[in-house]
Amino acid sequence: MPSLRVLVSGARTMVQDQGFRNARSLGVPGCGVLDREALQLVNALVGNPPTTEALEVALLSPVLRAEGGAVRLALSGTLRGRVQGQDGGSRTVPPWTATSLAAGETLHLAPPDRGGTGLIAVRGGFDLPMVLGSRSTCQRAGFGGFHGRALQVADVLTLAAGEAAPETQDLVLTDAPRRAPGPIRVVPGPQSEWFPAAEFDRFLGGPYQVSPRCDRMGLRLDGPALSFAPGRGGDIISDGITPGAVQVPGNGLPIVLLADAQTTGGYPKIATVIGLDLPRLCALGPGDSLRFAAITVAQAEALARARLNELLRAVASIGPPPGAATWTEGLSRANLIGGIVDMGRPDHFPGHLPEDERKDPTCG
Amino acid sequence: MKALAIRPLADSAVTLELADEVGAAAAARVAVAEAAIRRAIQLNHLPGASEVAGAFCSVTVHYDCLQTSQADLVAGLQRLLARLEPADHPAGRSWRLPCCYDAEAGIDLADLATALGLPATEIVARHATVRFRVYALGFLPGLPFMGDLPADLSRPRRAEPRTQVPAGSVAIANRMCVIYPWVSPGGWHIVGQCPVPLFDIRRPVPALLAPGDTVQFRPVTRATAEALRHRAEAGTLDLAALCEGDADA
Repeated sequence: MPSLRVLVSGARTMVQDQGFRNARSLGVPGCGVLDREALQLVNALVGNPPTTEALEVALLSPVLRAEGGAVRLALSGTLRGRVQGQDGGSRTVPPWTATSLAAGETLHLAPPDRGGTGLIAVRGGFDLPMVLGSRSTCQRAGFGGFHGRALQVADVLTLAAGEAAPETQDLVLTDAPRRAPGPIRVVPGPQSEWFPAAEFDRFLGGPYQVSPRCDRMGLRLDGPALSFAPGRGGDIISDGITPGAVQVPGNGLPIVLLADAQTTGGYPKIATVIGLDLPRLCALGPGDSLRFAAITVAQAEALARARLNELLRAVASIGPPPGAATWTEGLSRANLIGGIVDMGRPDHFPGHLPEDERKDPTCG
Repeated sequence: MKALAIRPLADSAVTLELADEVGAAAAARVAVAEAAIRRAIQLNHLPGASEVAGAFCSVTVHYDCLQTSQADLVAGLQRLLARLEPADHPAGRSWRLPCCYDAEAGIDLADLATALGLPATEIVARHATVRFRVYALGFLPGLPFMGDLPADLSRPRRAEPRTQVPAGSVAIANRMCVIYPWVSPGGWHIVGQCPVPLFDIRRPVPALLAPGDTVQFRPVTRATAEALRHRAEAGTLDLAALCEGDADA
């Protein structure tokens, strides 16, 4: 099978997908990519199901060489680079592009934009065992992904067996979904009552700066230190955590917990960042400034549903680069879209299908 | 059963508080609710719910907000809880786990002896007579939070947490005892070393212990602990032999 050989490892290149399933009760963090929206889109570019594992790149990018056959891969919107042939010639690969590496060709990448993370998807995924329903890497406990660790020089990642990619031409995603400007949106809780109203307002007002001490476990913030309500200490009976939960330890400085965060925590969590804004957080680098705005659960859910239309538009925009030959026959846009949402479900794609044309729900 | 509080984690999860005091009774309520919710998710009786995890006094249910709303999910969870009766004790198995309590393994024993005004040998003897109950797994894969440590052995956490606690460390703080399955930062007082691997991804159920299990430590020498560790690494340690059957049998 074709494979990718690691010539330069990068700072923290790891295999990640949508994260472990049903393992939080064992104390296993969810793990998985920091930017799930990018995972769906970069997989759509290579024709994969939306949660197929990819390489997550942070800070410094790896150099990868195709061996044993052609490798079809795609870059997310924060990565760009060039493919170098054995004859010394090279071509550029812009963000949101799928391209094919012939055996012997090497992919060189610039660091992800603005100190954030980026994703490299390969057609069909990697030949790695499923662990707890996932091929994600749990770095803390050293399991999952590729030998439970970040990639190192001379590692060889074999691609999963599958039909060869029908396309060899480059494809680009031209209509990438725009990230909302403005404050990071949170829902108050699970322990907002640990903070007096004035402290909650101070939390929203910020501004906070991203501290240099950030990793896949959490984003530490510098800014207004928060106090607890009178009579309430800085300890709670430890309870469940999800990525986006904003915990406030004794020093009052909030930490936004991310994919590798522990499963339970004993610090009060003043608010939780909505799912839609988690990728925005991951795009922030040390020193970046942010503010928060409070919304309700129902508003967050409505925003998430509305976002689907933008993801569908992004997937539908996948095609040859402007000026290239026409759309390749045989690549089914419908299949790419179908991987992200079930178009027969009215709640998955509001307003898309008239009532009488919807699929029989018993078949969907 | 009824939730004392319902706490949203934005549009990804919701925590149901089922008790307000850590202990065996809370663990029993959580275990009953967690098992029932897990079964309901498997049977697709809670559409959109993806996962449930218990803590000391609460369960957290994760969901996909494209498939359900939190309002509908919470309504379904409340109907389910209303049909549940809390058990007196959590069900579980009874374990005897080896622990090396020498000064090299129990790096905080000397400080504890000073702080508690008890000889280290007595702290060890007392610790090894407690039948701990696993209240929850969390913080790290397979890490058991166990109670109750007798009040006269209780100390608050260290003011300065260690950046690296060795894997296998048996440690105490407040009224609890933990075993660190992995190297980790930690602020608890280390009294010994347990050579049994608590989490192994190659096992069908990777975590050795589960909420409701009981654990009593058996003091062993350094040489015995080392031998057990080597057998564990070679895959020849008989884990079933460490289990004495049902906890309340």
